[in-house]
Amino acid sequence: MNITVNGEAAAIEQLSVQNYLESLGIDPRRVAVELNREILPKADYPGTLLKDGDALEIVQFVGGG
Amino acid sequence: MPETTDKLVIAGREFNSRLMVGTGKYADYPQMVAALEASGAEIITVAVRRVNISDRNKESLLDHIDLKKYTLLPNTAGCYTADDAIRTCRLAREAGLSDFVKLEVLGDEKTLFPDNQELLKAAAVLVKEGFTVLPYTSDDPIICKRLEDLGCAAVMPLGAPIGSGLGIRNPYNIQIILDTVKVPVIVDAGVGTASDAAIAMELGCHGVLMNTGIAGAQDPIAMAEAMNLAVRAGRLAYRAGRIPMKLHASASSPITGLIK
Repeated sequence: MNITVNGEAAAIEQLSVQNYLESLGIDPRRVAVELNREILPKADYPGTLLKDGDALEIVQFVGGG
Repeated sequence: MPETTDKLVIAGREFNSRLMVGTGKYADYPQMVAALEASGAEIITVAVRRVNISDRNKESLLDHIDLKKYTLLPNTAGCYTADDAIRTCRLAREAGLSDFVKLEVLGDEKTLFPDNQELLKAAAVLVKEGFTVLPYTSDDPIICKRLEDLGCAAVMPLGAPIGSGLGIRNPYNIQIILDTVKVPVIVDAGVGTASDAAIAMELGCHGVLMNTGIAGAQDPIAMAEAMNLAVRAGRLAYRAGRIPMKLHASASSPITGLIK
């Protein structure tokens, strides 16, 4: 199935958000996720299955003023 | 009141340091860590950006920051609409589990001046959602008052454009803002060197926020220490109460008992 991640198309198997982050090597504690423009609370990562057409934003803190 | 009991209080939280610093523009993480340490800051700003999905080898900022020591103040840098700024704040809260945000909504890329109309819109929504909002704003007393009325925890007028190092261009406006609002006034942006930070504090500002002034210096770690001292010196001078300026001289030594 196809999803959009940070503006880029990605083809993935069906996974939970938690498993998808882990497959990317991302520590879920260090990021925030928007699913279809709504904040996804961290507690919901394991129970939320990604669906075809979903749009994810995965952000983290970087250096800034 | 000794320096150790003169705390900066924002939304009921106490801080010993009145200097807030950014984490951008450093040559590398070790330099940033050393500069943060030398600055004595307890509040540090960070930006919120997309994770690079294709290159996961890059180190993350938070690997280098002791979260027991520093309070993160996520910013909305790069946002040009209230909606984008609100979205960024919600993401920041989820990533950092803290309600503190430095709200900035920019007007254009050239000046990086705030778009105060969008800023007020965003501030109203974020305060309702329980955020502790610290807005970067123009040095405009009326806008600062509006931000306070909306429930912002502080106001952060610019001293000069972001990254310009021009110093406090309109100390009179900063003074009027200090007379107008009751929340802490933190000069954010424009500080180029230690005397700029001292001037802000001598005016009676409650704090100073800077990034480029330190990170862009030839020796950022030494400049961080200079800013640390300048903010403290300026605060002490403000509390000590300076002498009035006057045109004519006034002798420091007795004018009686001179030898003849």
